Amino acid sequence: MKSLEVARLTAEGELKQFMSGLLERSPAQQTEVMVTEWDSALTRFANNGIHQNVAERNVSVRVRVVKDGKTGVASINQLNEGAATDVLKRAVAIADLQPRGEVVPMPGPAPAPPVESWSDATAAVTPEERADFVQTVCAKAGDAGLKAFGAYSTSAAQLAIANSLGVFHHQRSTQATVNSVVMGDAGSGYADRGAIDVRELDKDELATEVIEKAQRNQDAQPVEPGVYEVVLEEYAVAEMLEFMSFIGFGALAVQEERSFMRLGERITGEEVSIWDDGLDPIGIPASFDFEGVPKQRVDLIKNGVASGLVYDMQTARRENRQSTGHGLPAPNTEGPFAVNLFMKPGSAAKTDLASDIKRGIWVTRFWYVRVVQPKASIITGMTREGTFLIENGRITRPVKDLRFTQSILEALNGTLAISRSTKLQVSEYLGASRVPAVRLKAFDFTS
Amino acid sequence: MKELAEAALNAAQVKGASYADVRLDEHVTQDIVVKNGQLAAVSDDASKGFGVRVIVDGAWGFAGSARLDKAEIEPVVDRAIRIARASARVRSAPVDLGPPVTSRGHYRTPLERDPFKVPLSEKVDLLLRADAAMGSVRGVTIREGSMEFIRQAKLFASTEGALIEQELFESGAGIEATATSPDDVQNRSYPNSFGRHQGSGGYEYITALELDRHGQRIAEEAVALLTAPQCPSGVKTLILDASQTALQIHESCGHPTELDRVFGMEAAYAGTSFMTPEKLNHLQYGSPKVTITADALTPTGLGTFGWDDEGVPAQRSFLIKGGLFVGYLTSRETASVLGQQSNGTMRADGWNRIPLIRMTNVNLEPGDSSLERMIAETKDGVYMETNRSWSIDDKRLNFQFGTQLAYEIVDGKRGRLLKNATYAGITPEFWNSCDAVAGRSEWKVWGLANCGKGQPPQVAHVAHGAAPARFQHVKVGILK
Repeated sequence: MKSLEVARLTAEGELKQFMSGLLERSPAQQTEVMVTEWDSALTRFANNGIHQNVAERNVSVRVRVVKDGKTGVASINQLNEGAATDVLKRAVAIADLQPRGEVVPMPGPAPAPPVESWSDATAAVTPEERADFVQTVCAKAGDAGLKAFGAYSTSAAQLAIANSLGVFHHQRSTQATVNSVVMGDAGSGYADRGAIDVRELDKDELATEVIEKAQRNQDAQPVEPGVYEVVLEEYAVAEMLEFMSFIGFGALAVQEERSFMRLGERITGEEVSIWDDGLDPIGIPASFDFEGVPKQRVDLIKNGVASGLVYDMQTARRENRQSTGHGLPAPNTEGPFAVNLFMKPGSAAKTDLASDIKRGIWVTRFWYVRVVQPKASIITGMTREGTFLIENGRITRPVKDLRFTQSILEALNGTLAISRSTKLQVSEYLGASRVPAVRLKAFDFTS
Repeated sequence: MKELAEAALNAAQVKGASYADVRLDEHVTQDIVVKNGQLAAVSDDASKGFGVRVIVDGAWGFAGSARLDKAEIEPVVDRAIRIARASARVRSAPVDLGPPVTSRGHYRTPLERDPFKVPLSEKVDLLLRADAAMGSVRGVTIREGSMEFIRQAKLFASTEGALIEQELFESGAGIEATATSPDDVQNRSYPNSFGRHQGSGGYEYITALELDRHGQRIAEEAVALLTAPQCPSGVKTLILDASQTALQIHESCGHPTELDRVFGMEAAYAGTSFMTPEKLNHLQYGSPKVTITADALTPTGLGTFGWDDEGVPAQRSFLIKGGLFVGYLTSRETASVLGQQSNGTMRADGWNRIPLIRMTNVNLEPGDSSLERMIAETKDGVYMETNRSWSIDDKRLNFQFGTQLAYEIVDGKRGRLLKNATYAGITPEFWNSCDAVAGRSEWKVWGLANCGKGQPPQVAHVAHGAAPARFQHVKVGILK
């Protein structure tokens, strides 16, 4: 039975032949074809039982043509000759029908460093194995008089990009993620894990973390809103970094004068260094971007100073420089995006981060974060599933979730300590961050 | 298509499913973006495939594939069955769908002009005219306009005998002007934020927006906002325009009345709900001015269709009646837990996803006031228009919203333009403070094409009928 569930992906050679054939048939001066193919499954649980359990096999063939200074993009989710003809025809028709616009250049060939992003074990996970994992978490929660909720997913995918200038890149990847909320009658806890290799997900360790957090977070009482010293766990730090990427780390945001990044200026505490590195094996590595440009490491904030931005082909051309390998699929009006973020760890043990705090708040995670003012890096959101009062160096009691409205840069400007351990947070959308927990001097809880 | 559906249902039954349904779905989406006077993007995306949902041993399984051919039916059904059997190893109570659903028929979105037959040049010309209108205003740094058109053909069939074919169309468009200074960014959009105003219908929906007539106004407002004073902090009377009222309904009434959230089925992701079953018919959710319906029959709504993705007919039901909480958005499975029948809100965002409870058109019914009258009756207040930021807790109680534009209201008159306006509240307190809703002439259906829910994530297209509304004693100006 096991063989039935091994991910079904098209062989690289067959894919290359399909893409080459499409490029050869194109009547355009320049053509790019991107194929993504995935086989994924997700088991969802609630109230200590599986309630949704799904799987899909899908593919996307995306074609960009540049013809007479005009660009057309079309996609289809079929991988056969008929589909190739259809999608090429539609892309060319779009180009033919439109006025001339700004043409996003295509890259020429360049070697993309190989990365390890595949696990046979992940690609072969069965529904029964997913159910067993979930059963362990649910049983442990049940034994503790609690209820478990969450989702456990595994996926195998491949991305290939080729263009008429000679680029061909191909990468296969797997991913396994699990998140869980455990609830009691009067409170809940949260934990998640993500990895390329499913064997790194330890169901007992996950269950222990989320159950302990839920047990500590019962009968929370309100605390007065205001400015508090805080400890943010890695879940919250990763979300903050994702929002920095979303509103400010891309070159387009700076070119359009809407980013908080002031290059060369100190914008956070000097303990803070943040970079993007798609090639680092302790993240979720990718060797090239969605335009077929090899990934480069970019220092974004170095010792508190805004030091760099990520570029795609279009933003790089505007500044007469090279893309850093952070392009998104065409057509893209959002600009380049940093999706492999790292924050430099410090020297503190995570458990000691609260030890010098007289009165503060311990935050497990954020929820429903939204940008209020991008240039001031002000965001708002709620705390969720584990907010605690710190008194005289230790956590004393759970408190009701709080809303914050806070400038990220101002918060990081008051960085007092950073944990030496880091955690990999797989993004809900794209990529992943590896971040420590942090202690910050001031964080504004508004209600 | 029908043969493939029948083959899938037969295979599922032979392999042990006590219930099965199959959805075959083909989507075509055209997106157009004009930015700073140039055509920035045109794309034409097509997706098709099928998904099989089965119940085996009282538990759910689902599998889907992009390969729409007979050879793919068997492996996909096998996968769904195997997944269901795995679910059954860790299930709670067996799934009960209630009475069978045997709907049969065909539905097509009413439209005057098929948007896929309108020349690309006509669409681009309109966006370029609106762009030029924005560009005529000095100080605007980014101008963007977009359109989106969707055609979805889908077939639903079940082992209970349902067989439904639907062809749905959506059309949407919007423009946005951004003005920047060294330390500020301000933007204005029309007719709504989130990129576009979208509805079910044809190109006539776009023509009626008159994008080019509004470009200059929003550009001037964006520039004026840079030098406008900050919205003051305080507790004041708040008047919301219809589009922001629509988002308020979405976040604080639509989501918490989704019965799957109430039962914890979204607890680890989107959250739960404060509107628990013991509050049904007891909770005074809002003032007597507040009546909210879920109405999948509303013309031009993004939640308008013939049947939901379980084959339940489109219908209208009350969620809030004269302020009292009286109903949920339900599915067959969740409704049966309460001894009810589904009110037809299950939708999937494609062939590769299972249907979830989604808002249809969740509408605040029109009142008897008007924006003009509301302002005239207000001594000390703020008028806010067009959403800029939105955030609400996982139980849908504690919210904070920001808008692009605001005006102070002093002694019944509109005063200074204000920037960075925000307001916050607790859902039932807020809706109980509602003392006026504008009438039918100011009531409009607002499409939201970005409603996220579920794991794996799905994006639903939903709508809200709303008119300007007034609320008392609201905390405004949250920023320092």
